[in-house]
Formats: sequence, structure tokens, C-alpha cells
Amino acid sequence: MFPQLPTMLVLLLSAFLGVGASIVIPLVTRSVIDGPVRHGDESGLVWLGLLALALGVVESGLILLRRWTMSNVTLRIETQIRDDLYRHLQKLPVAFHDRWQSGQLLSRATSDLGAMRRFLGFGLIFGVVNVAIYVTVVVLLIQLYWPLGVLVGLIALPLFWISRGFSRQYLVMSRAVQDQTGDLATLVEESAVGIRAIKSFGRDRFMAARFGTNAAKLRDTSVDRARMLSRFWPMFDSVSGVTLGIVLVAGVYAVSKGELTIGGLVAFVSLQLMLVWPIETMGWIIAHGQEAMTAADRLYEVFDAEPTVVDRPGAVAVDPAEVRGHLRFEGVRFAYGDTPVLDGVDLDIRPGETMALVGVTGSGKTSLVALVPRLYDVDEGRITLDGRDIRDFTVDSLRQTVATAFEDPTLFSMSVRENLTLGNPDASDEDVEEALRVAQAGFVHELPWGLETRVGEQGLSLSGGQRQRLALARAVLGRPRVLVLDDPLSALDVHTEALVEEALKRVLAGTTALLVVHRPSTVALADRVALLSGGRIVAVGTHSELMATSAEYRAVLSAAAEEQEAVR
Amino acid sequence: MTQAQTQPNVQQQADQQALADVSDWRGVAAEEDAERTAAEKSDQQSLDRLRGRSRKLLGSLIRPHKPMIILAVVLLLVQNFAGMAGPYLVKLGIDNGIPPLVKNQGATVIITVGVAFGLAVLIEYATKRGFLFLSGKIGQEIILDLRRRVYDHFQRLSVGFHEKYTSGRVISRMTSDMDAISELVSGGIDDLVLAVLSVVSISGILFWMDWQLALATLGSFPFLLALSIWFQRSSTRAYRSTREKVALVIVHFVESMGGIRAVQAFRRERRNEHIFEQVNDDYRVANLKAFRLIATYAPGIHLIGNVTTAVVLTYGGYRALHGQVDVGVLAAFLLYLRRFFAPMQELSQFYNSLQSATAALEKLSGVLDEEPSVPEAASPAELPKARGEITFSGVEFSYRPDRPVLHRLDLAIPAGQTVAVVGATGAGKTTIAKLVSRFYDPSLGTVSLDGHDMRTLGTTDLRRAVVMVTQENFLFAGTIADNIAFGRPEATRAEIEEAARAIGADAFISALPDGYDTQIQKRGGRLSAGQRQLVAFARAFLADPAVLILDEATSSLDIPSERAVQRALRTILADRTAIVIAHRLSTVEIADRVLVLDGGRIAEDGSPRDLISSGGRYADLHQQWADSLA
Ligand SMILES: Nc1ncnc2c1ncn2[C@@H]1O[C@H](COP(=O)(O)OP(=O)(O)OP(=O)(O)O)[C@@H](O)[C@H]1O
Ligand SMILES: Nc1ncnc2c1ncn2[C@@H]1O[C@H](COP(=O)(O)OP(=O)(O)OP(=O)(O)O)[C@@H](O)[C@H]1O
Ligand SMILES: [Mg+2]
Ligand SMILES: [Mg+2]
Repeated sequence: MFPQLPTMLVLLLSAFLGVGASIVIPLVTRSVIDGPVRHGDESGLVWLGLLALALGVVESGLILLRRWTMSNVTLRIETQIRDDLYRHLQKLPVAFHDRWQSGQLLSRATSDLGAMRRFLGFGLIFGVVNVAIYVTVVVLLIQLYWPLGVLVGLIALPLFWISRGFSRQYLVMSRAVQDQTGDLATLVEESAVGIRAIKSFGRDRFMAARFGTNAAKLRDTSVDRARMLSRFWPMFDSVSGVTLGIVLVAGVYAVSKGELTIGGLVAFVSLQLMLVWPIETMGWIIAHGQEAMTAADRLYEVFDAEPTVVDRPGAVAVDPAEVRGHLRFEGVRFAYGDTPVLDGVDLDIRPGETMALVGVTGSGKTSLVALVPRLYDVDEGRITLDGRDIRDFTVDSLRQTVATAFEDPTLFSMSVRENLTLGNPDASDEDVEEALRVAQAGFVHELPWGLETRVGEQGLSLSGGQRQRLALARAVLGRPRVLVLDDPLSALDVHTEALVEEALKRVLAGTTALLVVHRPSTVALADRVALLSGGRIVAVGTHSELMATSAEYRAVLSAAAEEQEAVR
Repeated sequence: MTQAQTQPNVQQQADQQALADVSDWRGVAAEEDAERTAAEKSDQQSLDRLRGRSRKLLGSLIRPHKPMIILAVVLLLVQNFAGMAGPYLVKLGIDNGIPPLVKNQGATVIITVGVAFGLAVLIEYATKRGFLFLSGKIGQEIILDLRRRVYDHFQRLSVGFHEKYTSGRVISRMTSDMDAISELVSGGIDDLVLAVLSVVSISGILFWMDWQLALATLGSFPFLLALSIWFQRSSTRAYRSTREKVALVIVHFVESMGGIRAVQAFRRERRNEHIFEQVNDDYRVANLKAFRLIATYAPGIHLIGNVTTAVVLTYGGYRALHGQVDVGVLAAFLLYLRRFFAPMQELSQFYNSLQSATAALEKLSGVLDEEPSVPEAASPAELPKARGEITFSGVEFSYRPDRPVLHRLDLAIPAGQTVAVVGATGAGKTTIAKLVSRFYDPSLGTVSLDGHDMRTLGTTDLRRAVVMVTQENFLFAGTIADNIAFGRPEATRAEIEEAARAIGADAFISALPDGYDTQIQKRGGRLSAGQRQLVAFARAFLADPAVLILDEATSSLDIPSERAVQRALRTILADRTAIVIAHRLSTVEIADRVLVLDGGRIAEDGSPRDLISSGGRYADLHQQWADSLA
């Protein structure tokens, strides 16, 4: 905001000058009535008329200048903060995003920023300008006729008192409205993304009722806010009305006593009428100010969240030429809040080795592999790459070295190419082709615009297996040194699976890989298998070793069991 | 270490590259206009029609509140009257109050004026308070009504629409556009009414005071009108563009936050920033255009007012000079003149909000105008208790023109049969499932349930009869119990737990800290993939439909859980029609019948045993699968 300070000053200045011009116009009126009209001076009249015209043009010109500059400045500030917010959110760890509702984030980026912009644009400037008008007018009024001038000056006291009560109450309500707006946005997002689930159960009415209830709650809060507003807001008008009445009565009395000319009283009253608008808008300014304040509070809740997955001081970049890919878990503990998931994982994956990770549903496989690219950080223990704690590498270079395919494909509504290259737009066409070959994702060439075809939101215009193969291609693109694949073949048919495995084998030969696996067929890809159970690695060995020695392994991955089923 | 030093350079190059082609990331879609609703074509005729529609929408929103609005307008009238009394009382006080005082004839006149002033202030307070509350309430009711209507309609629109429109745009319509409209209803209406009232009444007063001066004032009207027409034309366009640009910002925002894992793991942050900065800046520029219009319009109005004031001042001074008008009248006239032009400012402000809201309203009426491509039957056939017989006759289907996914498919599934559909990925298995659950209608031929064409069935009956567990199994934020109950909202807790037990999800749920009341966060993120699948399964089981479609419902399960589910399936599927899509052939074994799908055609059809022995594709598949187990 501070780079905009000079412009803000220009704004204030032009606002002041504009207001100054508009204050002078009534004075010209007075001069016309008291001067030329009284003295029959026609040329004087013309001159004063021209003066009024000039002042009027200048005033409008200043308004024009102020508003143009203002649009510029406030929009720049808004855009800047939104950029910053987005950038900050992208840096915040996955754990933060787990916790926060998406609608709450979005409403901060749109509604709240809008509230701040509106206040910066009008409220702030006019808050300052109004106070200045008030002071100026009061000074002029005191010069015109000091007893009444002082009286008008004193209305500041009740105004202050009203404003204070109003601010306090409004703050609470405007926060409630903003929070509920965010909740509503969350509901909307959920029902838009989950439309298939809703349709498939025919729950549109149910969802509509749920949305309706929440929207009604927001309405109730907003109506409460309006009720509160309606109590305070007209008080401001009353204050200026009462003062005008007093000034009139007292002024007429003063004129009758000859202490004031009629022209003087007219000028006094018309000058005082200039206060009506600033006082009336005070309620408006306060309301917008409070809204902006709570909006800023809400934004700061996000800005105050520290990115926890960051480069340590002295972190070095992984050297792609040197990296051997020796991945080691040492006494790794990890918990989501206070739900412990990993409880002392020790696992050594040799350079170039492919390690399969096996475990029952919910045993923590996905959690374990998410630690490698540091989507989460370990709570205790450490993970090392070539003997060095991964937290001593820069996050960026670590993630460049480790590529991941998640269990859900996570595609975006962008071109296929963009989905594949995500973070390295400089990947060559050959790289892309190679990755597509490995993942058996040649189908993309049959899409209407080939690699340039936009895949629908979340890739939903592709079939399940097509999505998964794209996600796999994305992971193997550019031959990363360490590959982390979370159940990468679950959505493929047997035939395609065999083809992918065949191609993948060649990639895996030179790559350290950690492979989450549910099926015996995929285990064949791995050199060794690790069994995750109770938050620890309870057995490591080749598939046949474990089949022979570990009853638990047999239970989890018994091909025999499946075979029996098949033969029956 | 040398590597570390060269890194920034590489990075810079990457950055430059990213900046260079920040425009083509979105890829090509069938029609760029797919992102708008059908009503929003950009030719003049559709634009006019849309404007008409949105006016009608506004009318229908306002109509139910007519009595309240009338009351509010009455309050406003009174308030306006009380407010107008001020300057007039000033005139009275000066013209009639001073002479008696000077002549020592007592202060009754000025005291009366003072009391009248006090009364006016009281009335103004009461009426303004009443009005503010009432208008706030009406405004909120209107917004609520609009929110509900649009939400309901979005829910009714078909999956195909949502695919093109994307959730980000839905959100944008429901949040940002609503904001624009509520800005109007919460802040503008009183300005409008009051401004119009005072402009009208003040011109009356002006004429009554001195018609020649009033005529001079009226001379400004053509200028006001011309300026307003210019503003209306240009701002309509500008605000329309703001609505579209903000949607793009929201779409990108929502998508990047939704896929944050991939964004971070693949270091997409920088490129995303470039893209976001671009869409955000586009939005800023669009906004700036609109803001500059009002930033020109409002001072323009002001200028006209000021010039008029100067003219009236000179002309009035001239007339006063020649004794054609009282000094008091001239003073009052000039006071009123200020009051005449001040509301014009507010009027312009209101007009601005109106234009912005209208653009938003246009977007919304575009949505409301959109016909579901899978429309609900006008007079649906009754089917309270479906048996579950599914027939495809001559069904053709394509998502994109000229790219058929299913070719003249004929298929009869008798009630109670369990059919497994197998085939290569992309063969069209899910598409068949989607047609049975009527996410789409076939382009040719019919899909029918119990002999009724799907298109003639009521949504409620159809959804009660057919439930699909999708490949993506979406869960909602809320408790596990809520999510299972989604299958049948009226289910008791016992029934919910029973459903979970039946498919073997009970064990893991009970182990969670709050059991069935565990909050599973957005999209079920607190659960593992397998756990999500189990919950989605329990949800479908609880719904107890006549036709159950399982699309890869066990793909993420470990073998023991899969076994448990398969055991449960034997009983669950015994008395209902089932379509089971699976790549693990162990699941297929429970089927009565297997369909092998190839490129949208049925290649084989028969019982698993027969197909294995007859040595076709399925036999090959089965052999390959059996081999993979070894
Ligand atoms: N964000 C989270 N917050 C709290 N608990 C979580 C979160 N994500 C997962 N869990 C819990 O942690 C445990 C491990 O989950 P994880 O996803 O790692 O399992 P998994 O082994 O990958 O299972 P699956 O085979 O089903 O994918 C589960 O019990 C799950 O409920
Ligand atoms: N919404 C859509 N828009 C456009 N094309 C689509 C859409 N959904 C699917 N397709 C295309 O239609 C074809 C069939 O898709 P479908 O989802 O039916 O395959 P599937 O047999 O279920 O495959 P999988 O086993 O991979 O899930 C695929 O080529 C896919 O790309
Ligand atoms: Mg997992
Ligand atoms: Mg499918």
C-alpha cells in the first residue's frame, strides 16, 4: 500500500481543493446578493457570475481528477493484495489447506477485498475530507458570526458519541456476515464440484434445502445488521437537523438585533448546509470502515499463517548431476493434529531401487509418501536423500528431484500439455512424448486437438483410466531421480496395466522409486517390498521372502486368496 | 555448490518462458462460448433479449414484496417531505420571522418555525429509521430468493452443462455476482427514490417560486440526458466484461486451491502466479474501464450542475437587480438549486450500481434461462417401486460431435441380474453407467427402466431406483454419518451403522476418534482413499436402490477389504439389478453375466464360465489376469 502513498496524497489534495471550490461558491452567492444586487452593479454581477462558473468548472475538474486517480489506485491496491494472497496461499502447507474451507479463502479474495477497495476508494478519503470540511466550515462560520459558529462546532460531541456506539456494534455484525458469506461460498463450491454425487442420489432438493437454510441464516444476520444500522444512521441526520433549527431561530433573532445581515444569515445557513452531507455520510463511512476493518482482519488471518514448509537457513539445492537417490526414513513419526499415523518408520531405499509399500487401507501409506516431497514435514525423526536430511535441501530443488503421482489424478481444466508439464513449462516435446509412451497415454493424440485439448475440470472429460495415465505420465516426465507413485495402476484394465508395467519397468530401472501397491500384480515391479502396519515398517524383503515369512503380508497381499476366488 | 549458483539462471529462463506463453495454457475446447450459457450470445439481438429477461427476472423478484415496498416508499415520501421542510422553513424564518422581531411584534412566528423544525427532525428520524430497516429487509429477502432460485437451477442443470461451465463459474455466479446485486439493494434504492422524489418535487417548488429561473434550470436537462445515455451504453459493455473477468479469476483461484497438492509437488506455483497475475490484471483493467466511465459521468453531471448554478446566479441576480424577483426568493432558489443537483450525484451513483447489478443479473438470468439438456419429464410416468429391468435399444451416444462413444448399443438386463462390464480403459463402460443413471440422454435410441423410457420418468422415482457409485466417489464436508445418510437422509443412526457394517466399513469408522461423528473435512480429505471408497459404498448401500451401479467401487481397497466387500456384494446384489464395472476380475466373478466392451460395442456377452470356456477376449483377459497373480 505504501508505494501508493504519493498518489493517495494527490487524491486527498484534489478532494480538498474540490471541496474548497464548492465552499467558495455559496460565498459567491452571498457576494452577489450583498454586493451587485444591492448596489445595482451589473458588471460586478457578470464578473461574479463568471467567477462562480470558473469555480464550478474547477471543482468538477478536480472531482474528475480525483475519481480517475482513485479508480487507478484502489484497483491497483486490490489487485496487488489479491496477487499477494494467492501467492501466500500457494506457499502455505497442505495441512493449512486441509483445515481451511475453500469458500472461506475465496470470499477473502473476492468479497473482502472488494469491501476494502470500496472503503479505500470513498470511505477513507471522505472520512478525512469530511473532518476537514467540518473544521473549515466551522472556522468560516465562526468568522461569519462566532456565537453560532461555536455552537455548530460543538455538535462534534454528540456525533462522536453516536459514532462510537455504532462502530462497536457494527463491527461484530459485519464480521458475522462475512464469515457466513464464506460458509455459503463453501457450500456452493462443494455442490458444484460434487454435482455427480448429488445427481446420482437425486439429492438436489436435499442440497437446495441445506443451502436454503444457510442462506436464510445469512439473511437473518444481514437483517439484524440492517436493523442496527437503521437505529444509528438517521441519528446523524437528526443532529444536523436540530442544529440547523437552532441556528435559524437564533440567527433570525440576531438579525433582528442587527448583529447579522440577512445576507450573512443566508450565507451562514447555506454554509452550514454544506455540513449536512458530510455528517449524513458519516454513518455510511463508519459502516464501510468497519466492514473494511473486519475484511482486513479476515485477510490477516490468512497472511499471518506461516508457511511451515520452507527452506532452512543454509539449505542447498539438490545437485541433479550428483544425486544418487538413496532415500532413507529414520525413526519418522507423523501425526495429523493429534491423530498419530506414523510411529517410528525406518526404511532404507537404495539408489535405483524400487520399493513397494504395502499396507491395509488407512495404514498410512499415502501419508508416508507425502513426506518425501515435503507436502507435510515429519514430526520427529528424519528422511534423508543421499545421507542428507531433505529439510536441508531447498524445497524447490527437492521437488524437482522427487516426482509424485497421487492416488487421485488431480488434473486441471487446462490443455493436456499444460497438465503434463505443470511445473516445468520448458519440457521438450520429446520428453512429453516419452512420458506419454511410458504411461501408455497415446490416447491424447486422438483427442480433438491432441495435446492442446482442454481436459475438463478435474479431468472429468476423460475416462478414469485415462486420467490416471496422464497423472502417471506427468510423474515420469523428465525422468526424475526419485519417483513416488501412489497406487498408480488401480484404474487400469489388466491389459493396459501389463503394458504400462512393461514400459514403467524401464524407467524404474535407473530410478529410486517408492511405489504404493495394493495388488500382487504391481508388486512385480518392485525389487523389494515393505509392509506398513501400526505406523511402522514391520517387514522388508522380496515378495517371495515376505510371502514365506510374514503372515500379515500374506493376509494383506495374498495372491493365493485372490486366485482362489478367481478359480471358484 | 556450483550447481546451486547456476540455478537462479535456469530459473530466470524458466520464468521468461513461462511469461512468454502465459496465454495458451487453457488449451482448446469445443467452443469458447461453451463457458457462457446458451442465452449469452454476443450478437445484439440476444443481448437485448437477455436484457429483457433480466428485467423480467428483477420484476419477478420484486413482485412478492410489493406491499412492503409501497410502505417503504410512503416512509420515504414522508421523510423527503420532512427533509424538504428545512430550506422552506429557513425561507419562512428569514422572510416572515425577521420583520415581526424587528418591529418588536413578538417572536411567535419564529418560535412556530422552530417548533416545526423540531417536528420535522423527529419525523425524519422515525421515517428514515423505518425505511432503512424495511429496505434492508426487503433487499435481503430478494437476495435470498435469488440465491435460492439460481442454486436450485444449477442443481437441476445436467452434468454436461456443469462439465462445460466449471464449478469456478458456478461459484462466481453465486458469490461475486450476488455481491454486485446486493450492493445495489443494500445501498442504492433509497438514493434512487429520494433523488427522483427530490428532483421532481424541487423542480415543482422551483417553478412555483419563479418560473423563469426554473426554465433556465431546465435548460440543463438535454445535457444530462445525453450524458446518461452515453454512460448507459458504455457501462453496460464494461460491466459485462467485469463479470466475465472476475469469473476467470475465481475459476483459477478455486482450481489451484483445490489441487494444491499437485501444485506444490510439481512446483507449479510460479507458473500459476503468472497466470493468476494475468487474469487478475485482466479483471483490474476491466474494472478500471468501468470505473473510469463513472469517474467521468459523475463529474460530468456535477459540471452541468455547476454551470447551471452560475447561469441562474447571474440571471437571477440580474432579475433581482431589476426588482423582478425578491432577494429572499433568489436566496431560497439558489439553496434549492443545490438540493436539486446534489441528488443527481446520488442518482449517478445509483445508476452505476444498477448497471453493475444488471450485468450480474444478466449472467444469472442466462443461467436461469438455460434448459437442462436432460430435462425432467413434464408429466412423468408413475414408477413408485421399480423392478430394475434395464433396456438399451439402438443407443448411440457421443460427448463430442462426430466422436461416438457408443455405437447402436442393444442390451437387455432383466430385473435382478448382476452384470459385469469389462473392457479396456476408455471403452465406454462408465458412459453406459452414466446413461443408466441418466446423467446424459442418448443421442439416438432409448434407455429404459421397467419398460419406461428414462426420459418419461420423474427425477425422484428415477433416482430412488437407480444409484451409481462413481469412479470419483465424492464425499462432502461433515461427519461420516452425514455422508452415509446422504444415501437416504431419513435413515436412523442404527440404519446408518448397519449399512457401514454390512460392507465392512464399521471397523475403521469405530476406530476414528469421534466414530461416526468424525468430521471428514472438505471432499473427505481426512480419510484415506480406501476409507473414502468404503464410505461412498455404504452410502449407496443405504440408499437401497433397485438398480445399483458400481463403477470401480473397490479399486482403491486393499485385498482383505475388497474381499469383505465382495462377500457383502453377494448378499446385497442378490435381489437387485446391478451393473458392476471392474478391472479386478475377482469382482467380476460374482456376476451372472459379463459384457466385454470394446470401442463402444459389445464384443462378448455371456456368463463368466461360458466366456472362459469359449476362448474369446474374456478368456484372454482372464488368463492374463490369472497370470498377473502368479
Ligand atoms: N488430513 C488428515 N487429517 C487427519 N487424519 C487423516 C488425514 N488424512 C488421513 N488421515 C488418517 O490417517 C490414516 C492414514 O491415511 P492414509 O491416507 O495415509 O492411508 P493409506 O494407507 O494411504 O490408505 P489407502 O490404502 O486407503 O489409500 C487414516 O486412518 C486416515 O483416516
Ligand atoms: N465428459 C466427457 N466429455 C468428453 N469425452 C468424454 C467424457 N467422458 C468420457 N469421455 C470419453 O469417452 C470415452 C469413454 O469414456 P468412459 O469413461 O466411458 O470410459 P471407461 O470405459 O469407463 O474407461 P475407464 O476404464 O478408464 O474408466 C473416452 O475416450 C473418454 O475420453
Ligand atoms: Mg492412500
Ligand atoms: Mg470409467
